[in-house]
Amino acid sequence: MSLQSVILHVNGEEQQVTIRPSETLLYVLREKLGLTGSKPGCLNGDCGACTVTIDNIPMKSCLMLAIEAIDKEITTIEGLKDTPIQRAFVEHFAFQCGYCTPGFIMNSHSLIQNHPDADNGMIKNWLKSNICRCTGYEEIEAAVKSVLHEKK
Amino acid sequence: MSIIGKSVIRQESYDKVTGRAKYTADYSSRSLFHAKTVISTFAHAKIKSIDTKEARSVRGVRAILAGEEFPLTGEEIRDRPPIAVDKVRFHGEVVALVVADNPKVAKQAASLIKIEYDPLPVVNSPSEALEENAPLLHNDVSKYEKEEGVNPIPKSNIANHVKIRKGQKEKGWSESEVTLEATFGFPPSDHIAMETRAVTAEIRPNGYVYIQSSSQAPFMIKKLISTYFDIDVGKVVVNTPLVGGGYGGKASVQLEILAYLASKAVDGRPVKMVNSREEDMITSPGHVGLEAKIKLGSTSDGCLKVAEITYLFDSGAYSDKAVHLSRAGAVDCTGPYCIENIWCDSYSVYTNHPYPAPYRGFAHTEVLFAFERAMDMLSNKLEMDPLDLRMKNAILPGDRTPTQVKLNRSTVGDVPACIERLRKIIDWDKEKVVKVSDHIIRAKGVCCVWKNSTIPTDSSSGAILTFNEDGSINLISGVVEIGTGTKTVLAQMVAEKMEMDIKNIHVQMRVDTQSTPEHWKTVASRGTFLAGRAVLAAADDALCQLKEIASVVLRADVDDLVVANSRVFLREEPELGVHFREIAYGYVYPNGNAIGGQIIGRGTYIQRNMTHLDPETGAGKPGPEWAVGAQAVEVEFNTRDYTYKVIKAVSVLDIGKVLNYKGARGQVTGAMSMGLAFGAREGFVFDEQARVLNPQLRTYRPVHYGEHPEYIVDFIETPHLDSPFGARGVGEQGLLGMPAALANCLSIASGVSLQHLPLTPEYIWRRKEGL
Repeated sequence: MSLQSVILHVNGEEQQVTIRPSETLLYVLREKLGLTGSKPGCLNGDCGACTVTIDNIPMKSCLMLAIEAIDKEITTIEGLKDTPIQRAFVEHFAFQCGYCTPGFIMNSHSLIQNHPDADNGMIKNWLKSNICRCTGYEEIEAAVKSVLHEKK
Repeated sequence: MSIIGKSVIRQESYDKVTGRAKYTADYSSRSLFHAKTVISTFAHAKIKSIDTKEARSVRGVRAILAGEEFPLTGEEIRDRPPIAVDKVRFHGEVVALVVADNPKVAKQAASLIKIEYDPLPVVNSPSEALEENAPLLHNDVSKYEKEEGVNPIPKSNIANHVKIRKGQKEKGWSESEVTLEATFGFPPSDHIAMETRAVTAEIRPNGYVYIQSSSQAPFMIKKLISTYFDIDVGKVVVNTPLVGGGYGGKASVQLEILAYLASKAVDGRPVKMVNSREEDMITSPGHVGLEAKIKLGSTSDGCLKVAEITYLFDSGAYSDKAVHLSRAGAVDCTGPYCIENIWCDSYSVYTNHPYPAPYRGFAHTEVLFAFERAMDMLSNKLEMDPLDLRMKNAILPGDRTPTQVKLNRSTVGDVPACIERLRKIIDWDKEKVVKVSDHIIRAKGVCCVWKNSTIPTDSSSGAILTFNEDGSINLISGVVEIGTGTKTVLAQMVAEKMEMDIKNIHVQMRVDTQSTPEHWKTVASRGTFLAGRAVLAAADDALCQLKEIASVVLRADVDDLVVANSRVFLREEPELGVHFREIAYGYVYPNGNAIGGQIIGRGTYIQRNMTHLDPETGAGKPGPEWAVGAQAVEVEFNTRDYTYKVIKAVSVLDIGKVLNYKGARGQVTGAMSMGLAFGAREGFVFDEQARVLNPQLRTYRPVHYGEHPEYIVDFIETPHLDSPFGARGVGEQGLLGMPAALANCLSIASGVSLQHLPLTPEYIWRRKEGL
């Protein structure tokens, strides 16, 4: 498969990058753009550590090819600057080792943006796609709910 | 105390929520080669042939390692070839290693290596391993090089046998009026750290070896690579950035050995290896399995007289940490009870399964599952309340442990206080089973826990505090930040000791074995104790230096000086003093004369008065103190389809002084979550050929968001006097009793005794139907 030069829109910047059509978005973000905040955990869509947003909708970047992201707005954890959910994760002790955190924050941030009125069922439906092995999830729940509550 | 106990946020918080926190695999460079493994598809087979011809022809392949003999490896018994030679002994074992320009080429070439196997009969459980005529995993285990204190049985599958002989079992049995005998078990499983293991290794032309690894044991990597490959220990330099979860799994040394060999094969060029999830689960070491037999004897009013125990730890194909696990399981072979007569045989047994690393709790969760389930079964037989039975036998200061350590108020937590608090929190004295609807019942189950560490008697830790010119302090400790927040707690200790603002303490998160003082391993819930003592000693050392130089500047006796708020000042006249910034890099007089120099505090701590276990009786002092607790689980159980939901999980733990409340609570609830998952749903599924059928997060499913119960955590704070501020271990304790409490609860709910994990609805159904 041949290399091709494409433009990706990442965190509000245009990035020219040379990719193979077979490369996943996660691989390109990490290895070609140096955006290592998105984490590989299973490369199978099971753990959510690599979650980014594509046009403000969460997407597991290990399940998407970079080439599919052309003309779309990609946001990674590096693109979030002092958002309420980041502060809430810190204040509520919503992480320990921190490896699943970028994925959880991207997913939570998108939930809050798209559904500020989310109820328990919707929060669960969104966040169950991510695994945190360190916490018992109660701190993550508290962090997300605190931001939703403030929004209301 | 002003900052001890406070929920100070972790020092690396903002790096972790902005994606700036770097883990091993996040470091990249153009000069890196990449290595990928080929792993065995059989659990036990002769390797007939390995054909690498086609793989070698792939452009970008730099080296292929296969079939070559390297020094044997293993922490206590050197029984493991880093890459299989002639024979594979478990599904997932490394058979070949491809080094290439990039991971894609390495993987492609790895898929082109053709291996022919000749399958051998498999050993699919520890009890099968002990059968007469069982296939031998290793021709003669006693011929391997081994550490002192390891006790393999020649020409058997037993890698280690530990004996506990306390009192006289005959006497215990003759005094017993009620007896119970039962067996328990569960298969091996995995830690599932979200960061899979990653390593980079490089061998420089001058012979120095540089390794970067996602490890809980960088100092052990340094020692073992030096030993295995005969390299001066000072020439092996290991560094570890932040680690994405360990839980014990990253305390073993395995991937580092492969990366070293891969680098060696390409003339020392740096080589990076990152485990796939599947490799992380079965190729790298996982969580030990167990088969247990427990016999208990008691008087008719519930006074325990004797415990006779056999533990068969599933060591998998190689002994590595299983030897140590079988020892730790023997040391605390019972629950936290005073039993006069204890007879325990704990074995590490070879099977054709993946081999174990430590796992949060280090054999205690495993042993407690069996023992605490047996306690509930005994209480049933005695027609006695399970908590009353535990209360009656609770171990107390003055009692002796299975290894005959006489306890005092400092060395053991308060078991009765934990039980009493738990009893109130869960309304234990109200009905234990409640019908919620036609098919749903609510039930509760309980258990008690304890844990000491059995790390080497000479385990030590060091710390350095270097001062910056603004008077702030850099804290350097060998503890790896694996997520436990220990390094934040260490900063709290320095702030408390120096009475200064924690904002002026900068913590170095990375560990580098060349510049960081040694900390044995970041395991066993001993970080706050060992490193904490070292840090306090370093703070004392810095305080002496600060006062010494200030005494010259202020023309005062050091005894008249006090340190607080980053100043050294006169006790009597606090306004007369010097700020740290004036003396941190030496003091300069107006005419230019200077005295002193950079303030560098140093401190070390080594465990005190620990002893090896007596080979015949097990008597000995394995660790400094026992943290204890009582735990409970409440479930809603569907009597029609045997599904259930954990509603509440409760931990009352005596962890001594709580150093960071939210941090400690998070350690406990996180461990409880992991323990519930281990009890309820996690375990490798083996087929008849001992192949693992579920090495994936889709088929081996950890707890996800929304599946968590309500957590209730309460602390009893009985101080451990030797420990900084009286703290006990807290990293593992929340996990210890969860499988046992869940099994006790579901046994009550289902009306059938459940003695195996994981407690899936299918297993409960099989037990109910007698299938």
